[in-house]
Amino acid sequence: MKLILSEEQQFLKDTAQSFARDKTPVTHFREMRDNENSQCWDESVWKEMVELGWSGILVPEKFGGSEFGMAGISVIMQELGKTLTPSPILSTSVLGVSAINMLGSDIQKENYLPKIAAGELTTALAIDEGNHHDPFAIEATAVLDGDGWILNGKKVFVVDGASADTVLLVVRTSGKSGESNGISVFAANNDSPGLNITKIATADSRNYANIEMSDLKLDQNALLGEQDLAGETLEKILDLGRIAISAEMLGNTEEAFEVTVNYLKERKQFGVQIGSFQALQHRAAKMFCEIELTKSAVIAAMHAADENSNELERLASLAKFQAGETLHLVSNEAIQMHGGIGVTDEYDIGFYLKRARVAEQIFGTSEFHQARYADISGF
Amino acid sequence: MEHLEHFRQEVRDWLEENCPPSMRTPLVPEEEVWGGRNAEYVNPESKLWLERMGNKGWTAPNLPKEYGGGGLDRDQTKVLHQELYRIKARPALNSFGIWMLAPCIIEFGSEEQKREHLPKIIKGEIRWCQGYSEPGSGSDLASLSTKAEDMGDHYLVNGQKVWTSYADKADWIFALVRTGPKEPKHNGISFLLIDMATEGVSTKPITLISGKSPFCETFFDNVKAPKENLVGVENSGWTIAKKLLQHERNFISNFGLAGGGTGSGADVVNIAKKYLGETNGQIANQAHRENITLHKMKEHAFGLTLQRSGDEGAKASAASSMFKYYGTEHNKDRYELMIAAMGNKGLGWTNEGFSDDEQAITKAWLRTKANSIEGGTSEVQLNVISRRVLDLPN
Repeated sequence: MKLILSEEQQFLKDTAQSFARDKTPVTHFREMRDNENSQCWDESVWKEMVELGWSGILVPEKFGGSEFGMAGISVIMQELGKTLTPSPILSTSVLGVSAINMLGSDIQKENYLPKIAAGELTTALAIDEGNHHDPFAIEATAVLDGDGWILNGKKVFVVDGASADTVLLVVRTSGKSGESNGISVFAANNDSPGLNITKIATADSRNYANIEMSDLKLDQNALLGEQDLAGETLEKILDLGRIAISAEMLGNTEEAFEVTVNYLKERKQFGVQIGSFQALQHRAAKMFCEIELTKSAVIAAMHAADENSNELERLASLAKFQAGETLHLVSNEAIQMHGGIGVTDEYDIGFYLKRARVAEQIFGTSEFHQARYADISGF
Repeated sequence: MEHLEHFRQEVRDWLEENCPPSMRTPLVPEEEVWGGRNAEYVNPESKLWLERMGNKGWTAPNLPKEYGGGGLDRDQTKVLHQELYRIKARPALNSFGIWMLAPCIIEFGSEEQKREHLPKIIKGEIRWCQGYSEPGSGSDLASLSTKAEDMGDHYLVNGQKVWTSYADKADWIFALVRTGPKEPKHNGISFLLIDMATEGVSTKPITLISGKSPFCETFFDNVKAPKENLVGVENSGWTIAKKLLQHERNFISNFGLAGGGTGSGADVVNIAKKYLGETNGQIANQAHRENITLHKMKEHAFGLTLQRSGDEGAKASAASSMFKYYGTEHNKDRYELMIAAMGNKGLGWTNEGFSDDEQAITKAWLRTKANSIEGGTSEVQLNVISRRVLDLPN
């Protein structure tokens, strides 16, 4: 496994870079926040992304996708992360596609994947139930009822849950909370009776929802794949999500760092550029090192996913951990090094801090992945 | 690729025939090979192994064949390393000559110097040491004051070097000397090769906090160095000096992943399990386990970064400062974690109450403190990153 990009991946990255610079600079995000856009992402921007083929990067060719893989979609997310571009790409094109493709039957794939690739359908993966990410702590249930299912329970902090056309609900069909066995995934339209979706307002002004299922009735064909057996595959789907968001967080980090270093070169105090102070230089140099480590962890993880490496779990946790730790550091230092202007809403750098903390929570914090890495490694 | 697999088979066959059996067993410190005029071989097979590898040029695989090197390209060198690693072969030769000096002679040396010195370095016939630091010139290396006066056919050298590793065992020294006392400090330095057997050269070993060390003080008292031993142009030695420091940094930062180069090469997780105990196969103490996990994750990401740098084929320079800084700080951290996990067993000095491995770790812990000082301190590396990579102002 070489830790570099292929020509194709570099091309996708360059395309995404121009796209983010031209179509969705940070002002795009700011406008959306100021206008209290209820969806928190822009339909016309998403449409353009779809036209570029980004919605179908993980979709098999026979269902209308390009199969450019995790490396392909990760480098796009990295570039979109630089300008905080909101879109349903993570919830739909990574998580939705992977869940349906890895769990679903041929009929289900045929039903969903071409629509996703064509931009006709967005999805959300509803998994967490508590204050912290804990993929097997599932208490929501689905019970057989004649030739259908009845679902009850709640889901919280569902990424893009407030806009998704189809919600993928992770529920328990047997066993007890904490067990990997007994987990099943159902697909439900957002307007299904018994499904209550409530948008929550988070610090990063992006799209999340809490979801309640009260006697939600679903057909037999709403069950993705086999009953009780989704647990193991779910971990893999989540790992892909973790890698993708790590790439986005790397993009957040790179931009926040670049903006900050530029500020150190411009801002003058005591008659000199503040970037000439060693107290700031050494902190900047240490951040540079951590960013280099993050780039390596992310690129290793995305290639591992595409090569189906048996190191995938460890590398996904390493990537999310390292991306989280580095973004945490850089987002804090960015504010401090900007001084007073850094804590004003007028200046963009604060957006990166707010996005950072929310992204750190998604699919497991650094603490979560540190513990997971230790267990997998046998420490 | 096919060509490379063919080469791999060749290497494999050659090693099978030429690597002596005891050279495929774990290295014991007293059998480490550094070559030189006065080398002593406890194990005769180490001598044989050096001769065979040296004649093949594989002690310096990527140096040109015409000067005795292996003449291998990047991919072939990688294959050779993989094959050596596969049979767990000991290094045939440890050599500051190969790691630091040879690349600089290739770049800056005269044709005569290349023909004279490179083959002897590669075959391990001449052992080199590095004369850089002085008592008054550490991080501010360019302030060095060992002077070399132009006496027509030779330089007359007077002054003192410090931290000269293995000066007492080396045959030659590559030294920075001041040839232009009136020039601005960076512009009056020359890069001079001096035979340690010359009259007026003397050395004295330095004892460290970790005990005995290879470091020496080296004194020059009216030493005559022939002019043909000047590398490059007079007063422009600083350029060579900096280039050599990059090679040195790359070499030191690799220790960050090699288990420290000293001590038992023990793994911190195994040490922790041994001295803190295990619960269901896990390190029994949670606080230690968390600290160690953080360390191992950083190590993993750092290792991937070294790999990525190789894959990108990026030029050394600024990246080498990052590797030197991160690798040495990481290595210090490893030994702190190790002795912390060992509790009072990590603090032994002699064998009354402590095993050889335990003492070795204690000594290695103390030795790592110099890693982030030698070859440019961590602070100097951070300066280099700030100025050269981030382009922050002076």
